[in-house]
Amino acid sequence: MTIMADEHDFPQIGDEQIKLLECLSNACAVSGDEGEVRRIVLNEVRPHADEVKVDALGNVLATKRGSGEHSLRVMLAAHMDEVGLMITSDEGEGIYRFDTVGGLAATDLPGKVMWVSTEHIPAVIGIKPFHITEPDERKKPFTLDSLRLDVGPATGKIKLGDRATFATSFTQIGPSLRGKALDNRLGVATLIELIKRAPPNIDLLAAFTVQEEIGLRGARVAAFVFDPDVAIILDSTPAYDLPVWDADENVRYNTRLDAGPAIYVGDSSTLSDPRLVRFLIETAEEYKIPYQIRQPGGGGTDAGAIHKQREGIPSVSVSVPGRYNHSPASIVRLSDWQHTLNLVETALSHLTPEVLAGDR
Amino acid sequence: MTEFLPLLKELISAPGISGYEAGVRPIIENAWRPLTDQLNVSRLGSLHGLQKGIGSEPQPSIIVAAHMDAIGLMVNAIIDGFLRVTSIGGIDVRVLPGQMVTVHGREELPGMIVPTPARLLPSNEQGGVVSLEYLLVDVGLLPNEVTRLVRIGDPVSFAQPPFETGGETLVGHSLDNRAAVAALTHCLEILHSRPHIWDVWAVATVQEEITRGGAYTSAFHLRPKLAVAIDVTYGREPSSPSHLTYPMGKGPTIMRGPDIHPILYSTIIDLAERIEIPISTEPAPRSTGTDSDAMQVVAEGIPNVVIGIPLRYMHTPVEMVALKDISRAGRLVAEFIAQLDQNFMEKLSWDD
Repeated sequence: MTIMADEHDFPQIGDEQIKLLECLSNACAVSGDEGEVRRIVLNEVRPHADEVKVDALGNVLATKRGSGEHSLRVMLAAHMDEVGLMITSDEGEGIYRFDTVGGLAATDLPGKVMWVSTEHIPAVIGIKPFHITEPDERKKPFTLDSLRLDVGPATGKIKLGDRATFATSFTQIGPSLRGKALDNRLGVATLIELIKRAPPNIDLLAAFTVQEEIGLRGARVAAFVFDPDVAIILDSTPAYDLPVWDADENVRYNTRLDAGPAIYVGDSSTLSDPRLVRFLIETAEEYKIPYQIRQPGGGGTDAGAIHKQREGIPSVSVSVPGRYNHSPASIVRLSDWQHTLNLVETALSHLTPEVLAGDR
Repeated sequence: MTEFLPLLKELISAPGISGYEAGVRPIIENAWRPLTDQLNVSRLGSLHGLQKGIGSEPQPSIIVAAHMDAIGLMVNAIIDGFLRVTSIGGIDVRVLPGQMVTVHGREELPGMIVPTPARLLPSNEQGGVVSLEYLLVDVGLLPNEVTRLVRIGDPVSFAQPPFETGGETLVGHSLDNRAAVAALTHCLEILHSRPHIWDVWAVATVQEEITRGGAYTSAFHLRPKLAVAIDVTYGREPSSPSHLTYPMGKGPTIMRGPDIHPILYSTIIDLAERIEIPISTEPAPRSTGTDSDAMQVVAEGIPNVVIGIPLRYMHTPVEMVALKDISRAGRLVAEFIAQLDQNFMEKLSWDD
């Protein structure tokens, strides 16, 4: 199949979209407690979708029907949740123990400020002063068990089970965007844009999923409900495009910033449908949209649950590359986000049943 | 008694790593100008503010020193648009990954400290603490911009904004030792409306964290009869042993040890009891680790006393201090100075 480039009017990411991403990034939505992001999503999509509902697990399922009688049913999924902490024990005088939710490294926690609960109460994770540690001690990573949250001596607002996230405020720096949870608020913001300008040739089935970071739980039930013909998953994948310790060539970068959207061929839980991978690549090349193939290997997205739902759903993932995901902040390029939106929007508007007509 | 809070927030929002105190000094100058009769800056950059006493010649004088420099980092290499850094002052590298900083290049650049990903490290570095040489600063710019804006040797300071927590505490970077600068300012405010015989030199010293260079040279320059150092001390919290720490919010410490003249120590202890300021005695068996280490041995030698403000998580960007302890430290020093008479030095004997 060949795609013929037409005059395509790419969607533009401007101040309005960046402002929305800022709100999404600054919101706290640790897996299982996605309410703060869900409220923003509902506000944004309700005026534009034909049908919006919140399902049993808390997914936002929004449908925007195409103009045809039997349009291709295309599911787009972006997870709303982020990694974080849960308060597990009150030790008195403002000191709390906690556990991690999702893939958050204990080594990222010492010396950080966290926002606790949806009230964003600031608390610190302090450590023993340098002066009274031994050099050998400083070579041992902190264990989760050795760290505490300190909210200050007179706070009674925190309850067991409250969640906490890194207290990082979103900011734009030159060509970059820096903020917490850009994995996957970028996917959420992209999907909101796509609903606002859904192409008429498909039924767009948007799933803003919960609990991706702890086992793709929301995506699994959302795919069952939507029962789509095809699924595209929007996420953010790590860019390890940093210098190697000995300045050798970096051949294990996973993805790179400034190289465009990352198309998944295979990760630890999904082997993407090659017809969809080819279709995305051809679309990108025809419309001169930069793209990169994510280095096959570990990691995963909601596709891991979606492609195995019901009788099987042809799936592919597309990610905005992001440095330092799951840490206090990710750094991404605005241009990569723009190109990701361009690629997915252009692909959707050219997606027809013929793409999946041949054997996989 | 926390009217110094806006000043302190401003102080800990300013840069000023050791040797590069110009970012914070003007803030202190502004605060001290209405409170002092004279202000000058030493050759090394320390700020001296004089409050004239009402005694007779030869007018005795006392230094109250609080260092204004802070720990931080410095750029030592630029690789593919990323910066490598070295530390200025004692920093546990384990707090650095994910830390926000400001790189003071040709422009102020917001940066983030990040570890080299495990997959790009030598195998013996994987899974443990990433050492300082493998930490990088990402300023979010393209490599050619980074090369244009950043030079080797540029200072890097922590960017954690200050915030208050429940129970009248303040969190931020550089509370070691800007908390003591606030205490000293509070002391000047009290003495400003209180007659005192002695001349008072308030000194915001430079380079305490590395060389004590400010304390040595300002003490020599001003040649006081007595010196007080106000600094922070270890605040009690779960990660530190309780026998080395002092409860936050329960008053300052008075250090006791070879840096400190025993009669000054006992004078302050008696005074605190009389005016009902809660204090703890902090044993300092060898040295106090403050400007007193330097001031004690300047010229003919200067009798010192050291006041400690309990501070949790010292030398991290999330230091925590109780505002009450700052005002108590300032008031204690002010009361001490106010009660010094013309002949106080005659009481400082070693006749046991």
